[in-house]
This record gives sequence, structure tokens and C-alpha cells, in this order.
Amino acid sequence: MNIASRFNVLPDDRQTVQFTLDGEIVTAKQGISLAAALLAQSGTASRQTVNGAGRTAFCMMGVCFDCMVNVDGVPNTQACMVTVRDGMRVTRQIGLRPLEGSNDV
Amino acid sequence: MSECDLVIIGAGPAGMAAAQTAAQGGLSVVVLDEQPRAGGQIYRNVGENRSKHAWLGKDYSAGAHMVDGLDHPKITTHFGATVWRLEQGHRVVWSQNGISHITSTPHVFLAGGAQERPLPFPGWTLPGVMPAGAAQILMKTAGMLPKDAVLAGSGPLLYLIAAQMIDAGTPPKALVETQTPRMMLNAIPHLPRAVFGLSIMIKGLGLIRKIQRAGVPRYKSASGFNAAANTDGSIAFSFTHKGRNKTLNTDLVLTHQGVIPSTHISRSTGVTHRWNAAQVAFEPTTDIWGETNVSGLHVAGDGAGIGGAQAAAAAGQLAALNILHKHGRLSADARTQKATSARATLFRARAIRPFLDAAYAPPAEVLSPPDETIVCRCEEKTAGEIRQGIDEGVTGHRQIKTSLRTGMGPCQGRMCDATVRGILIASAGPNADPIAPPRARTPIKPVTLGELAAMAAGPDQSS
Ligand code: FES
Repeated sequence: MNIASRFNVLPDDRQTVQFTLDGEIVTAKQGISLAAALLAQSGTASRQTVNGAGRTAFCMMGVCFDCMVNVDGVPNTQACMVTVRDGMRVTRQIGLRPLEGSNDV
Repeated sequence: MSECDLVIIGAGPAGMAAAQTAAQGGLSVVVLDEQPRAGGQIYRNVGENRSKHAWLGKDYSAGAHMVDGLDHPKITTHFGATVWRLEQGHRVVWSQNGISHITSTPHVFLAGGAQERPLPFPGWTLPGVMPAGAAQILMKTAGMLPKDAVLAGSGPLLYLIAAQMIDAGTPPKALVETQTPRMMLNAIPHLPRAVFGLSIMIKGLGLIRKIQRAGVPRYKSASGFNAAANTDGSIAFSFTHKGRNKTLNTDLVLTHQGVIPSTHISRSTGVTHRWNAAQVAFEPTTDIWGETNVSGLHVAGDGAGIGGAQAAAAAGQLAALNILHKHGRLSADARTQKATSARATLFRARAIRPFLDAAYAPPAEVLSPPDETIVCRCEEKTAGEIRQGIDEGVTGHRQIKTSLRTGMGPCQGRMCDATVRGILIASAGPNADPIAPPRARTPIKPVTLGELAAMAAGPDQSS
């Protein structure tokens, strides 16, 4: 189920960038955090815990780690600490992140 | 060899004020901050927003000149820089874009600021529930305004955010306040002293008047928060008000129950911490200059006890003056003389705190929530599981951590330490031995093994 964003985005003169979320193209304002872009896009969970609960960005300041997503193949990336970039490949993180050697936290 | 005279960790009001004072005094300063731009949480993104969003208020815009102050030949700034280790004596280890760096320095000033106090209740982990401060960050950084949100909890920031939302044309659906008349009564004895902070009081009253005039419903003395997801993804937020159960359906519940110092870094470095009973939080022990028991290490601003932005800027100046003195650039007399106005600001800003601490105290059920509440968001451990552990003989933070894994997830206890402690205290009763603060160890933020391995292969010594 796709839930509409829980925020209204004010129009401004910023340029936009495009990235993909699970393969779908998302347009976002330049300079904002990936977590903000995901929250602006939808009100749906951006990850699932080991127990299957949906979560999304919570604190927006790097404290809670609820915003973890996979960015360009790197799991456990804090979406609130990353600025959106053109061409970023973002995937939702479902359950435990895979063990992938050097990417392992 | 030292690469600079002073490393400042945190570019909020305390860090920015300290950097400016220290650089003007002749020290070479490196400022590290995890966020992409200067300002801290309070002045988040202020450099980009200059007068763009009038609804954020003039106190916010006032932060812009502090950001400008960082533009100084003796100040080097690194943003997106996460400090994950601080060694006594002093080497600061920080990560930026997946690469770790080490900077050596004789003086470190920690200005890490605060985080919102967790406000746990059943359902607070659902998408659609977030801290009010987080929503404010979205307002400041992305021009995003919460739709039809319920603001729940208490404290000055809750009123400020409500007022900003009203001015932005998206007023909150309701304010659900945990404040009780009893808390106000407890605060009254602190009023005479609070008069020194009159301008802050007047601002606060203005915010409340704005909320009233906008006709936002207020439910005071509310308790028993609960959030459940409706089938359309909206949140059914229920609570008890005047003995009745009330439910509001909303897209977003924004919670706030004050802020607490971020102490992971100071705890990991061996700084002594004390329990601040009025603020219900641990804080590092310092003298009036922000100097700690660890040589060469100063801590000030909200990371050393909650005082707000003005107090933080003043405390940052004091710390910088003391560092200039220690560095042999200022005599003790000159230091004291230059400190006069910062001391006065600090006094005024602090005078109002006892009143605010008592008036907006966190209620018992926030500190020690009902059994079904998830306390540790990372490891999904509930208050009931923690209480069961206590019944089975577990006594402190560390035992709870090793037996239940609370605080072992990526946030390293930042979201559950305060609640675990609240449950321990509530279970032990008022006469029990004091509970030591939880340990914090390097790395204080997760680092990848790959990054560590690259460091071992040849540490990058550049600043
Ligand atoms: S939203 Fe909390 S760490 Fe990103």
C-alpha cells in the first residue's frame, strides 16, 4: 500500500534531482536530505525491522538510526545524514541487512 | 605534532561562538560537525534560509550572523564529519564520506548539543509518529510542513513549533499536553528568579496567545498516550483527558518532552558526569569555564546541561576565553574582563531554567512507560521485558544491556538509555543506590570494518 506523504512541500526556487527508490524514479529538491526526500515522497515505511515492523525516519538528526536504507549498494546508510544526489539508487531495507564483508557495520 | 590549536566538535551556537572567539584571539581552529551545514539543530540551515521563511521567526534568523562568523582565516570547517573517537591527550578521530581522519590538538571543545528526550508510548515506533523537533528540521531544511498534525507532550519547543506552523499556514490539529496544574504549582517558587529571563518569558506567553487565537484545541493534563495505525496509514492517537478516553485521527503525531544533553562522546572520554535531578538527565561536570576533569577538554552548551541557544553561545565564548588563557594568549585578568558580558548573558538565560524545568517536567509515565511500549527501538525491546529482567535480579544499565541487548543496536542506546534508567529507578524505589550512567565506548558512532581496515593500512593524518 502506498500512503500519501504526511507533509506539504512548499514551492521554492531550488533545482531538482532524480533518484530511484526500489527502481521507481523519485524527484526531490536539491540540497535536502535523502530522509526528507523519502518523507516528501510518501508516508509509507522506508524499512522493516527484523520483526517485520515498518519504520521510517524519526529524529532527522542522526540519533535514532530508524532511517537506514541501502544507498548505491551500501546498507545501513542513515538517510537523514545523506544529501540527495542525481542518480542515487536507494532501496528499502527489509529485515536484517545482508552481511557483505566491507560493508558490514 | 598538533595540526591546530583547538578542535571544536559541533557547530551549533556554543561551537560557533567559541570558534569565533578563539580565532579572534589568534588560535587556529578546526570545527567538525556531522551535519552538512553550520547552525546546530536550533539554527539548522539558517545560512541557506536567510529571511526566506518569515514564519521561522526572528530568533531563528539571528543565527545567520553566527554562521557568518565562521568565515575567518583561522577557522577550518569540516561538515558531514562524524567524530567517532576522542582520545585523552588529544587525538580526534572522525569520519567523512567513508574515510576516517585523525587530527591532533592540545585543546578540544565539545559542543555536541542535545537530543530530544525520548517520549515512548505504545505505537511510537509507527511511521506517522516522530519528534516535533524532527518536523521542525524538515521545515528548516526542506520547506516541508506537517499536514494536520497533532502536537503531543510539553515544553517551550512544542509551543514554538505550534506557532511556526500557525504562521506558515498549517496550524496543528490539536495540542495534547502532559503538563498538569501540579507542575505549574511546583514551578511558581522559581518565578522570582525567572524574572531575570523576562524576555524569554514574554516570548513564551506570546506563543501561547498565538496558539489560543488560532483556535487550536488544547487538551491539558493528558496522559496514557497510544498510537495505532489505521488501514489508510493514518494514526489513531488516543489519550486520557479529564478521565475520558479521547481519540484523534491524524497523519502525523509530533511528540516533544524537552531535550537532554548528548553525552555519548563526553562519557566515552572519561569525563565525570552528574545526575541533574531537576532536568532528569546526566550531564558532564564542569567549572564555569566549561573545563572538565580531563585535561585540555572543555564541554559547554546544551551538551553540558540544557540552557538554550543564548546560554550556549555565552558558554561557548567562556570556554574559548579559558582556552586562550590556557594557551598563554590571555592573562587570567584579561580572561575575566572579557568574560563579563558572556557571564551576564549566561546568568540571565539560566535564571529561567528552574522555572521551565519544573513547569514542563517529564511525567512518570514518560520516564517509565507501560509494559507494552517498545523502549529500545533498534532491538525492539519492551518496557515489560526490561521489568521482567529487573524482577529476575538485573540491576544496572550494563546487565540489562548484556541480558536483553537494549542499547546494542546502531543507535548505541541514544534512544533507550534514558527510559531504561527511568524504569530502573521506578522499580528500585526512591531509596535505592544511585545508578551510574551507562558506559559509552569507541566507536561512539558505527564505522564500517572497511573504513577501519583502511585506517590500519595507513591512517590519513590530514585535518
Ligand atoms: S532519522 Fe534518526 S538517524 Fe536518521
